[in-house]
Amino acid sequence: MSEKILYSYTGIFNSPDEIIHAAEKAVEKGYKKYDVHTPYPLHGMNSVMNLPPSKLGYIALIVGLSGALAALLTMFWISAIDYPIVIGGKPLFSFPAYVPIMFEVTVLSASIATVLAMLFFFFKLPNNAHPLNGTEYMQKVASDKYGISIQCDEKLFEEKSVIEFLKSVHAKDITPIYYDNEEINYKHKIFEPKFILFLVIAGLISSSVTYFTLNKLMFMPPFTWMMDQSRLDVQSSSVIFSDGYGMRNPVEGSIARGSLPYQFQGQPELAGEKLINPLPSTKNVLELGLKKFDIYCSPCHGFYGEGNSRLQGHFPNPPSLHSDKVRNWPDGRIFHVITDGQNIMSSHASQLNVDERWAVVNYVRVLQRAFNAKESDLQ
Amino acid sequence: MSSLYQIEYERKELPKKYFQIGLLFLCLGIIGIAAGYFFDSHRTAFNNIILLTFFISISVASLFLVAIEYVAGAVWSTPFRRISEFYSGFVLFLPVLLIPLLFNLGNVFHWMHPEVVEADKILKGKAPYLNVDFFMIRVSAFILLWFVFYFFIYKNSKKQDVTHDQYLTTKNIRLSAVFIPIFAITISFTSFDWLMSLEPHWFSTIFGVYYFSGSILAALAIVTFTAVWLNENGYLVNGLKKDHYYSLGALMFAFTNFWAYIAFSQFLLIWYANLPEETFWFLDRWEGNWIFITIGLMFIRFIIPYFGLLSQPSKMDPKRLKVISLWILIAHFYDLYWLAMPNLNKKEFLFSWIEISFILVTIGLLIVGFFKLSGKNNLVAIGDPKLKRGIDFRL
Repeated sequence: MSEKILYSYTGIFNSPDEIIHAAEKAVEKGYKKYDVHTPYPLHGMNSVMNLPPSKLGYIALIVGLSGALAALLTMFWISAIDYPIVIGGKPLFSFPAYVPIMFEVTVLSASIATVLAMLFFFFKLPNNAHPLNGTEYMQKVASDKYGISIQCDEKLFEEKSVIEFLKSVHAKDITPIYYDNEEINYKHKIFEPKFILFLVIAGLISSSVTYFTLNKLMFMPPFTWMMDQSRLDVQSSSVIFSDGYGMRNPVEGSIARGSLPYQFQGQPELAGEKLINPLPSTKNVLELGLKKFDIYCSPCHGFYGEGNSRLQGHFPNPPSLHSDKVRNWPDGRIFHVITDGQNIMSSHASQLNVDERWAVVNYVRVLQRAFNAKESDLQ
Repeated sequence: MSSLYQIEYERKELPKKYFQIGLLFLCLGIIGIAAGYFFDSHRTAFNNIILLTFFISISVASLFLVAIEYVAGAVWSTPFRRISEFYSGFVLFLPVLLIPLLFNLGNVFHWMHPEVVEADKILKGKAPYLNVDFFMIRVSAFILLWFVFYFFIYKNSKKQDVTHDQYLTTKNIRLSAVFIPIFAITISFTSFDWLMSLEPHWFSTIFGVYYFSGSILAALAIVTFTAVWLNENGYLVNGLKKDHYYSLGALMFAFTNFWAYIAFSQFLLIWYANLPEETFWFLDRWEGNWIFITIGLMFIRFIIPYFGLLSQPSKMDPKRLKVISLWILIAHFYDLYWLAMPNLNKKEFLFSWIEISFILVTIGLLIVGFFKLSGKNNLVAIGDPKLKRGIDFRL
């Protein structure tokens, strides 16, 4: 059993005016280490006690500004760098659209930072031991009384003079507050069994709710309505239109933006004669051609255009692209086959745009040359 | 016993020299305006609209501040409420400012020409609202309404100085409660009539709120400036404290933010929707050297007052508060210039002796008007039962 140590002398008052008067007198007397306890914030107490303005505003300012900056940079990175999509014809970096987000993030980060800083930085929250805790004095000032407490580590502290001072300002219930050194300095362990049990239960509840929401709730009626909508599924005919198509054909004679109608429909020879390859065989173009060839052509033609498909007889193999006939075709003729189709091969105009088709043509030329390489090519 | 307390108050004469300066400004400005109407009536009429809407802002919004105090039962603003009441008295000058405009309405509102309306499908559709007769009815009815409320609220308040009758406060609370919704409607339609209809093809439903926010800010600024100045020179009872200054500064800060919020909301929706029928209004203010005025508006109206009022000490320091409130007052004039003048001259803003004479008239009328309206009256509502608590007000 450790001994009781004196912490402070306390006095109780009945009205806010009395406590403000007492604080004024305490300042006059030169006390530095005293504190005032009231059930609610008293107007004018700060100025009476000569308290410096709170530093909390700076934290709000700094965190708020960094929140605004973070929001700006995030939006910039998302919409102009990582996933650039033109929305509503606006530039990729369109500042006005970011302002509401910046505003919200500023408010959110500043307010959260203010609360956290107040709790953990200014109130030193995990430390909940204080000599005044649990005393009768605290019970009174927490409900309807106003109290002052003058600490004994005060330079001017002298039991008699302090009691006299408290009497002189008409304080009631002048009592000394003692504390137990061991109790004050007792460090609470964080991971006590109770707390671990609490963590386990909280974890179980939150993970089971998450599991239920994502795996069960989302497949119950109101949430499944989105999946049940009448839409076109792949490999089936549409229920929306009577002809079974999912979309309407464009109005006759209309041309989609950015596309030109193909002039040589059904005229392969003319296409070969008239069309000129606009793309040079640069590295970029050939890489594009390789990519598109591997995706759209190689399933039937094989990766090297030899006609060895990966379809294992489910679909007739096309002839090799390395025959003399194909090698002697002009570029435009190959372009025509991709655009218009040939025999069993259907048109690939919807899969490949014009530039990509020409890139594939260039790549086919490279394959052909590689298969018929001359001695001189190796040097 | 008329009242439980007696406030010591002696009416001191306001310094005459400011009145003379104000009178000088006013006379110079009036000569300038007369010359302006003689040489370039078109442009002068546009400037006259700025002048008129500026004084509507000051007077009606001041009356609104008074009404808010009564309805909310606020005590902190009672020691300087009389100043707001004096400024709401500027409704008396509105007809004078209106008269030169009445002869030049066709110059500024092209929807007033029947042949233009006949040729324009959109204006034809708006004709039931935008026609000369209805316009005149609205303008005169609004001024009459404001005057009536000003007259009764001010009369009751002045009577209370002598009688100390608490029932007069109750009467004013009732009047104020009626006035506030009327204020909301009249101020919106005033902004539509005088400012938005300068460009009758354009429309923005938030425009009334925009003008409202700027008006409140202007009224707060002029009241703050006057209250701080009078208080520093000892014209108010016992003096206002830091707590009053802080509250005034905080209100100005709040309305600065509110203005920016509204102005940006108006811009954002129009910018996002990108409809030509709405965007042209902003494009007019973004082309030629108007772009500098527009960018200047963001700084003058929002960014500078915002940082000027952000910290706690700046709201409590009378010197800084005076500078900022004058700045906000100028910013409101600037804002009205930005609203009205691009409709006169696209691509290039105009600023010369005509605009300067209007500024002179504004300054002169503010000073002369305040002197005339305060006259021999008390500068403090000494009979108000809330006055004692208002003086003792602490944050």
